[in-house]
This record gives sequence, C-alpha cells and structure tokens, in this order.
Amino acid sequence: MKHLLSINDLSKAEAISILDTAQELARVSDGPMKKLPTLRGRTIVNLFAEDSTRTRISFEAAAKRLSADVINFSAKGSSISKGESLKDTAQTLQAMGADAVIIRHGASGAAQRLADSHWMSGAVINAGDGTHEHPSQALLDAFTIRRHLSKGGSDLAGLRVAIVGDVLHSRVARSNVLLLSKLGAHVVLVAPPTLLPVGVESWPCEISYDLDAVISNVDAVMMLRIQLERMNELFFPNAREYSRYFGLNSDRIRALKADAIVMHPGPMNRGLEITADAADGARSVIVEQVANGVSIRMAILYLLLAGSQEIGAAL
Amino acid sequence: MTQTNYLLKGTCLPDGSKSDIEIRDGKITAIGAMLPKAADAIEIDLTGSVVLPGLVDLHTHLREPGKEDAETVLSGTMAAAKGGFVAVSAMANTSPVADTAGVVEQVYALGQSAGFADVFPIGAVTQGLQGEALSEIGAMADSRARVRIFSDDGNCVFDPLVMRRALEYVKKFDGVIAQHAQDPRLTIGAQMNEGEISSRLGLKGWPAVAEEAIIARDILIADHVKSRLHICHLTTAGGVEIIRWAKARGMDVTAEVTPHHLLLTDESALSYDPIFKVNPPLRTQRDVEALREGLADGTIDIVATDHAPHPAEAKECEWQEAAFGMLGLESALAIVNQTMVATGLMTWEAVADRMSHAPARIGRYTDHGQKIAIGNLANLTVINPSQSYRVDRDLVASRSRNTPFHEMDLQGVIAATFYRGQPTYLNGKLTPQGGR
Repeated sequence: MKHLLSINDLSKAEAISILDTAQELARVSDGPMKKLPTLRGRTIVNLFAEDSTRTRISFEAAAKRLSADVINFSAKGSSISKGESLKDTAQTLQAMGADAVIIRHGASGAAQRLADSHWMSGAVINAGDGTHEHPSQALLDAFTIRRHLSKGGSDLAGLRVAIVGDVLHSRVARSNVLLLSKLGAHVVLVAPPTLLPVGVESWPCEISYDLDAVISNVDAVMMLRIQLERMNELFFPNAREYSRYFGLNSDRIRALKADAIVMHPGPMNRGLEITADAADGARSVIVEQVANGVSIRMAILYLLLAGSQEIGAAL
Repeated sequence: MTQTNYLLKGTCLPDGSKSDIEIRDGKITAIGAMLPKAADAIEIDLTGSVVLPGLVDLHTHLREPGKEDAETVLSGTMAAAKGGFVAVSAMANTSPVADTAGVVEQVYALGQSAGFADVFPIGAVTQGLQGEALSEIGAMADSRARVRIFSDDGNCVFDPLVMRRALEYVKKFDGVIAQHAQDPRLTIGAQMNEGEISSRLGLKGWPAVAEEAIIARDILIADHVKSRLHICHLTTAGGVEIIRWAKARGMDVTAEVTPHHLLLTDESALSYDPIFKVNPPLRTQRDVEALREGLADGTIDIVATDHAPHPAEAKECEWQEAAFGMLGLESALAIVNQTMVATGLMTWEAVADRMSHAPARIGRYTDHGQKIAIGNLANLTVINPSQSYRVDRDLVASRSRNTPFHEMDLQGVIAATFYRGQPTYLNGKLTPQGGR
C-alpha cells in the first residue's frame, strides 16, 4: 500500500491491521510519554484546499506524535487562493521534499489525480475529496464501532449500522458503506429518495426511507451532516420536515437497542439532523470518535511511511 | 494554380469492386481496371486500400478566433486532412461568437487560405449563445460563408419559443438547426453520465433524460413547423429510440454520433483522468451498442467528430476543474472502421454515406459528398483498413494533445486524402493545396 485514496485500496486484512495498529497506538497515547520517534526526519504536508478543523488537526496531531515534521498548507492565504493549479502546488511540495501529502480537496478524485500523476512521488492520503471518499473517517468510525460492540472480534460481523441523511453528497457515507460492509457489518442507508444517489441499489447495503422502521434494529446509528446550502436545492421542503422524518431526537433515542451507539462525523447541525440531547446523551460516542481519529491517523501514517515490519520494534 | 494529375492504382471502391482511379484537373476522369498512366500523371500504389468519397465533418471546434492556443483554422484543418476529411464545419462557440456575418466570413476565409479542407462556418442560433435573442441568421446565410447550419453547440437552445422561431426562420433558405440537446436544469454542475459509476465516484451526474427530453420536444416542434432539425452528438439508447420513432413517422430529423461515443464508456472516468471528460458524456456499454445499431440501420444519419481541442492546462487538473471535450478528427475513420466495419455492422458504402454523402446533404455542401464517379470533383479519402497504428498524442497535427486514445491501438490508417484533386495528406505528409 503506497497511498490511501479509497477504502477500495484496502483488503479486509489490511483494514483490520490498521484498526489493530490504531489500538496499539492508542495505548501509547494513553500513557505518560505520548510521542514516538518513528517518523523523525520525515516531512508530512497537510494540504487542505477545503476548510476543515477536526481532520486537519487530527492528522497534524497524529503526525506530531510520530515525530514527523508537519507543514500545514491551507487554501486561505496560500497560492491556491491565488488560482495556482493542483499540479503546480504538487510540484512545489515535491521540490520541498514532502514524504507524504495529506490532501483535503473539494474536487472528487483530487487525491487520486495527485497519486496517479507524475507531479510528486510521495505517499498521498485522502483526507476527503469532494463527494467521493473520506477513508480515514470510515476507519475511525469502524474503530469506534469495534471498540464498543464487537465483543473482542477483529471485524464487525453481525452488526447492523444505519447511516442517516445526505448520502448523495457524503464522502463519509461512501467510505463507510465500503468499509463497514467489508468488515462484515450490515449497513442500512436511511434518507429521503432525493438524497440517495442514482444507482445506490448496486451498493453493498440496504436502503430505507423510514428511519423509525430501522432505528430499533441497529447497533449503531451514524447521522450525516445536512449542509445548509442544500436547503434551497429542493432536496426536501424545509428543515423542520427534514428533522421530523430524519432527525435523531429523544424519541428515536428511546427506540434504540439497549447497547446501541450514536455517531456523527461532525461538524453537527444541532437541531437539524440531531438534537442536543441526542448528541450529548449517554449513547453518544461523538467525542470519542474525535479521539479515535488521532489513533487511526497515526496508524495510517505509520503503516504507509514506516513499514509494517517495524511496528513491533517501535512499540 | 497548377494541378498535378494522379493515377490511384489498386484501390477498392466502397461497393467492394477493385478499380484504378484517374484524377485530372481536380476531377475524376476515369475509373476502371488496369488504367494506363498518362505521361503527366503521378502513379500511387494503393493496393489493399479502400477509397471513399472525401469525408465531411459537421461538428468541429476550430477555436479560431479567440482560443488560438488550443487550435487554429490552419492546425484544425491539417488535423482534418490527416484524418481523411475534406470539409469541416466550424462550430460557433468562438470568441467572438460566430453570430454575425463578419465572424463567419473571417472563419470561411481562413479555411480557404489554409488550403487543407473547406471550412463551412456554423452560425450561432442566438446572440452570444445566450439562448435569448436570435443572431443575424439571415445575414450569415447570405454572406460569402453561405451558412446553412445554425447551432448554439455547447449550450442547448432551451427556450422552446426561441427554438420554434429559429426552426421557422431558417426555412427561408433551407437551413437546419443543430441542437445540443441538454436540459440545463437537469444538468447543473454535471460532470459525467449519471449512473452507478458517477455515484461511486462522487461526480455530479448528467442523466440520459436531460438529453432525451430535449430531443423529443424539439422533434415535435420541428415537425409542427415543418422545418429541419439536426440532433448533435446523440449518446443514449433512449435518444436512438426517439429518433427511430420520429423517422418512422416521416419527420424531418437527422442525428449524429461521435466516434468516441461509439467506442468509450463511462467506465473511463474511474481513472478520474479528465482526458475522458466530454459533453455530452460517455455513457454505458448498453448505450454504445444502441448507437452502433442506430448508425448501422440509418436511424443515426452521420458520424461527426465534435473535435474539441483544449490546451494542456485545461486537462492537467482535477476532473471537475477540467474542460469538456476531446480531439476527434484524426482518429475518426479508424474508430468507425474498428467499431462498425471490422465488426460486420456496416459496409464501406454505408460508411461513405454516414461520413460523406449524408453530412454533405444535411449541410447543403453541394461540392461535397459526391459519388466516386467520372466527372465529379476528386474529393477522396483512402484508408488501409487492415493496418493498425498506435495513437501518440505527441504526433497529432492538432495544436492540442487531448486525445483520449493515447497509446491505444486503432485499426485503419489513412493512406491519402485528396482535396479537389490534390493530396492534402499522402505518405504521412501534409501538403496545403489552396482552395478553389
């Protein structure tokens, strides 16, 4: 594995190895000495052509805990905002000796373009490309689900996960459908028909338009963000109606199975797809998802840049 | 200018018969077996090749005026000659737009002085391609360019009233409206064919219905006002069905298909390489098969290239940032050979019809599309259909390199192109010949 562009790049065994590695690394993070020397002298660039807080900081924290040098490069205040092309940006990063580029970009496929081109030679990690994929988010979600629900199993066999909301525009949903099904979970996508992509029937998951019919029968419910700019694009009549049918509120929390968990990739629209009591309640693992994100991203950087053979030696 | 005379030896005519062809003073003067070589003639051995009436393209983006970094009339007609074309139709989406007599006359004159092919400008239907007010259609028709085809290609004439008026107006001089059928509301931000692959890739879809709904609407409008409608670059199985339905009812509609839509599918987008980004988009294998069938049975009247050159930076970028369009002139006949003739779907006579007779008839290009017969102008295309070549984007005659066929092996090599009796392309070399 040279790059991480899509969940399709991972075999089931590789995905599990990332989760296992993250688990080991999380133990280190919980200890008194958080930092490992593994990537000392390596340069990692955070190329964020689209706004992001948690993913960028998460990758930065992960890289720093592995002792890499981190360069942050975001759209605002950089040459990207002056209209520099992806090609020129990539060649610049190459010239500066980047060993890996973590890219967040508004264009679907931008990470793959970077990896397939001859513009740079380092590893490329997709931190979210348009409405395509967000593999590290799916990995941290799978990690979170496994921690809570797999009862010591290495995969997610037998678990049911509902992903609710704007599937059409969600890179988180695409990566999660691929990864969770790969790991043996049964995924149900719940959304109004307007927010499901054409051809979704061919995805390895079940489709439902009815959250109430699904909610009592899942082990995890993952709420997707409704972007405010979708409001005027005719996907649903108004926010109130959306919340009524597809929002997670206290009634639906009560309908959940006893040990079911509530997830959200963030940032949340409180009051729209999720109410405050659902987001902050006992079932919520939303804050834990953020913490797990650092461990997963450490594992990804570790496996891509340090080579899996060194893992025993480093820990 | 002085004309050289030629004797083409050993060619195969579209009907399959073996024959030599004598060209004298720009015309075909003899056809038959074992023709003797006149003292002043140059003999060219073309054994194993098929000779066709010179190819006519009804859909070409020459980019001049305005985007000369991508293509000029000269470089575009060189690409045409290399691909076997003797006439091309320059689309109106230049800068300035070809919506006045001045612009179409300029493009026409540039074609004449380049000397590689006749350039017939297509006039914009509406001013600035904006879809609102009619452009100076009559003035363009009466200009030296004698425009007969009008199109807002790139943009759909979406307002049905504007479409109706345009269709009616061009009846005055037997013109035709060539529609780029794309409902703009159903294709906002569209990037590729809407289907399983677009959904997987997270690229915004361009649904087949956005094309088919406009085709159906315009067929009904054109039939109501009894005018001529031409559908540009048909891409969907449903579109083929609608055209078939209209023709069965005797409606006066013609349609074109591009070589790339006969060969490539939306699976090309899996690479995210925007060299495969084109409008209308590459569709599914099922659509490709319906297009081939429609071209073979005559539902689709012609092959047109939609040759769309772009500079490197327009394609060396993210998919959604990239320009739509691909080169087409140089590889068109090879792709038709490979997808239609080598597969047994079409004869060479049918190829002659779809790529020469029929496009010339639709455009009312009277000097073109003539049968290979004694006394007719010697506009001829010679192809060696059994030979293959590997496409190399660095070797194209076009000023741009955006061919989706780079490093692909295509079957069928152009041996010669004769434009008014003189070779514009022969033995791998391009030679300008001056016009009439």
